[in-house]
Amino acid sequence: MTLMTIFVKMAEGFEKTCAIFFLTLLFAIPLGMIIALLRGSKFRIFSGFAKVYISVLRGTPLMLQLIAVTYGPYYLFGISVSRNKLIPVVVAFAINYAAYFAEIYRSGIESMPVGQYEAAQVLGYSRIQTFFKIILPQVVRRILPSVTNEIVTLVKDTSLAFTVSYQEMFTIGKQIANSQTSFVPFVVAGIFYYLFNVIVSFVMGRVEKKMSYYKI
Amino acid sequence: MTNIQKSFGTNHVLKDISLHVDKGEVISIIGPSGSGKSTLLRCATFLETIDAGTITYDDKDAAHMVNGKLVYAKNLNDFRHIFGLVFQNFNLFPHYSVLKNMMDAPVSVLKRNKAEVREECLALLAKMGLEDKADSYPCELSGGQQQRVSIVRALAMNPEILFFDEPTSALDPELTGEVLKVIKQLAEEKMTMVIVTHEMAFARAVSDRVIFMDKGVVVEEGRPEEVFGNTQSERTKQFLKNYNKD
Repeated sequence: MTLMTIFVKMAEGFEKTCAIFFLTLLFAIPLGMIIALLRGSKFRIFSGFAKVYISVLRGTPLMLQLIAVTYGPYYLFGISVSRNKLIPVVVAFAINYAAYFAEIYRSGIESMPVGQYEAAQVLGYSRIQTFFKIILPQVVRRILPSVTNEIVTLVKDTSLAFTVSYQEMFTIGKQIANSQTSFVPFVVAGIFYYLFNVIVSFVMGRVEKKMSYYKI
Repeated sequence: MTNIQKSFGTNHVLKDISLHVDKGEVISIIGPSGSGKSTLLRCATFLETIDAGTITYDDKDAAHMVNGKLVYAKNLNDFRHIFGLVFQNFNLFPHYSVLKNMMDAPVSVLKRNKAEVREECLALLAKMGLEDKADSYPCELSGGQQQRVSIVRALAMNPEILFFDEPTSALDPELTGEVLKVIKQLAEEKMTMVIVTHEMAFARAVSDRVIFMDKGVVVEEGRPEEVFGNTQSERTKQFLKNYNKD
């Protein structure tokens, strides 16, 4: 197998890597916010639920969660494993990353000076207005570096989908490496991930720059 | 406000305090730290809830006692439109420009016409000599300018009464002047104001009535020339003496 064919085959899987990446962000970013808000709720049931959620999903391996979400329904309820493994893979990634995002949001929300809430309250802003107009924009700015960190990790974590044989780039690379007894696919995979992350860092750097029109 | 009681845990901060403000009146509240001055303002602006007493604006009760239990009005936000509060540390919104800081509440809270609010705000800024700062962000301004902006932000809501919580305490001494000048200007325009301050000379010059508080009670109250010139209470005398030392 020539280097070119290895490259082309893996590039085909890269599409699925991207699918995991973007869909995970799409679901994990808002889900994390919901978990963070539940975590800060004054109702014990909500905050308790969020605490357990975060504790379990951060406290167990993502690899295990992938296996549990993909094959769990079969072992527990006899539901056959879905043909399109993208669904369980994205579900597992999204619930896992939401737990991390939730804690990042919480750190951002708790870092806000109480004076911002008080100023908004005296001016008559409703609680929802205060959150979306005053607090959230400043929180986003504060947590951006941590979020970038998480996103960079996610790029590399997509490779864990090989544990449930989802045909993304790394899974394909591993298969080629096994059948050809070659190390080349791993080098190619490394280059793919690195380039992906160079782009991610560049984009996030631009976003950070755009948001730094004011000092905190 | 009548018979206000407020405790934080076992710390009884306000002991049966009453404060009445007439339209157009300028009142200064002075007193040592921990005397409850700021807490009184925070209770008046609902940032703290009182334990007992009555809070009334324009003859309507925002909080009152029913059968020995304190009840707050359901429509507290309607009361919030009556007053404005200027904080010690400004609390401007850092992600909004000066103009947006002023315009956002009138537009999104009072649902007023944007163009109209904009015009009013620009006029206010011009009056305060801040017209060239409309598009600046708070971080680009000096402390004195930030505090002036926070005053015009409060004014943009057209409040009937303005509360000041130690408006110059977070400023360098050379910057307090410009803020005090603005407050003085407002006093001349008959803006109703209650000012918690440590600036004795300013309190004397600007206010119609001075209130000296200590340990959660009003110790002395009267026209500035009486409180400062013909002090009655020993505690007030002692406090003012310590102030005049430096």
